[in-house]
Amino acid sequence: MTWSLPLAIGVAWLLTRGRFPGRTLFDAAVHLPLVLPPVVVGYLLLVLFGTRGPIGGWLQRDFGIELVFTRAGAALATAVMSFPLMVRAIRISLEHVDRGLEDAARTLGAGPIDRFLTITLPLMLPGILAGAVTAFAAGLGEFGAVITFVSNIPGETRTLPLALYSALQMPDGEAIAARLALISFSLGVAGLLVAEGVARVARRRLGA
Amino acid sequence: MLAVRLQLRRGEFALDVGFEVPTPGVIALFGRSGCGKTTVVHAIAGLLTPAEGRIALDGEVFFAARETDVPAERRRIGCVFQDARLFPHRSVLGNLRYGERRAPREAQRIGLPEVVDLLGLRELLRRRPSQLSGGERHRVAIGRALLSQPRLLMLDEPLASQDLARRAELLPYLERLCSGLRVPIVYVSHQFDEVVRLATHVVVLENGVVAVQGDVASLSRSAALRAIVGPEGIGAVVEGVVDARDPDTGLTRVRFGASSLRVALEGARSGQRVRIHLLARDVLLALEAPGAAVAADVLAGTVSLVTRDSSQSLLVEVDVGGAAILSRVAIGSRAALGVAPGRPVHLLVNAAWSRAYALGEPSRAGDSAGAAAPR
Repeated sequence: MTWSLPLAIGVAWLLTRGRFPGRTLFDAAVHLPLVLPPVVVGYLLLVLFGTRGPIGGWLQRDFGIELVFTRAGAALATAVMSFPLMVRAIRISLEHVDRGLEDAARTLGAGPIDRFLTITLPLMLPGILAGAVTAFAAGLGEFGAVITFVSNIPGETRTLPLALYSALQMPDGEAIAARLALISFSLGVAGLLVAEGVARVARRRLGA
Repeated sequence: MLAVRLQLRRGEFALDVGFEVPTPGVIALFGRSGCGKTTVVHAIAGLLTPAEGRIALDGEVFFAARETDVPAERRRIGCVFQDARLFPHRSVLGNLRYGERRAPREAQRIGLPEVVDLLGLRELLRRRPSQLSGGERHRVAIGRALLSQPRLLMLDEPLASQDLARRAELLPYLERLCSGLRVPIVYVSHQFDEVVRLATHVVVLENGVVAVQGDVASLSRSAALRAIVGPEGIGAVVEGVVDARDPDTGLTRVRFGASSLRVALEGARSGQRVRIHLLARDVLLALEAPGAAVAADVLAGTVSLVTRDSSQSLLVEVDVGGAAILSRVAIGSRAALGVAPGRPVHLLVNAAWSRAYALGEPSRAGDSAGAAAPR
């Protein structure tokens, strides 16, 4: 989450303001996890980040980081799956930032980074927070990519939906499953409420 | 000296503009909507890049095609945009401080307390931009631009989006700004009365080119201006000096050359310079000297130019002791046919109709607030 948020802001910026060859292709690649079956994403992660994959091998050799069947791997799979949601929310908020305000900041002597930090970013904040919360809530429910990439190891990579599924597989796991479903439900509702609340506070602060 | 020469093309619209105007002073960029005024402002500010040309202020080159292009954030040109563009996530004070904090220390000329007083912002400092009226927003935007210690202040139609009451509220602030500051000002407008009130020098734009430029008095009679302000808006601008206030009528006598006119002008001090806008339709022309007119001044002069104004009227320019005054005459009247250059005539000017504006030294806050009341 912490890693993917700044990255998502960067990608949203590129997609909204950037003009470079291959932009459409890049756009499509970012949105791929949204349209691909999650299992396919998990498989691709396995290919890329597996101990014998091009990135996974390098990570393991030089940094000793192992992703397959680990908690970090589960986080990666979740992040990749929820990334497009985050980018979309941030992108929409960036598109709504009035370029005129940035121009005004320019005439007042603010350079590009100064402008981004003092004008663009604060104005995008509602969208960023909403995007982050939605992505977090959606990430909690990720199943296919996680199970494919890091399997379902109790205490390590068993996420909430995986635990629920496992409970249902057991002969008398229904009570556990119901409890897990309740947790899942509360987290989801809480996430949506937080997103809405944040957006409302931000809107009031911006006076809209 | 502000020297601007620029060319650019935006689809169908082509801009090819060149002018050199003295600084400090109030330079009015005047023209119809869509004639390229805002584009010129943006080019001077550095927010868009012309294809060709050169922009320099007091010897420093901001832009020269293929050589120099100083980024907007380093030009230090303050801009007040048509839509004010206050930062919605900052309070009024936060907006004001934004420019102040980024100004170079050695350029410090005007401080926060001064700006707050000048623009009457004390009550507004804690508010958010969304809680301000249109006029207040523009005052804050002007303050924000001033505090960035600009070398040039550009106001892009600050009154265009305001209703009449707001314009009356904002104009005295602008007057104080224009007369009291050493910062040169570029004032964009499509209302000639604002130009008459504020400007020292006028550049008239039409369809992306400079139609005519010069001082306000000489420009007021130019054909190019006539085409823009329309037959109802044509009128001469006369500059004079306040002589004395007539205690009986409450009118102020303004002297120009050997003649004088009475005008309604609040708070004028004798010796003060005044600009009078006399619309051609409000000036009556007489071939014989009329008897004493109750509400009018009679000026003697000589016809210097007669032009066809429309299918129904002639525009007669009369030289009154060096000042040129315009009068519109119906073409059908027999008397009108006798009007030709060189002919001595008399003009009747109604004091209640002519609009007078004080110029020069900054007036005290109370004075200009009084003068702001719509007449």
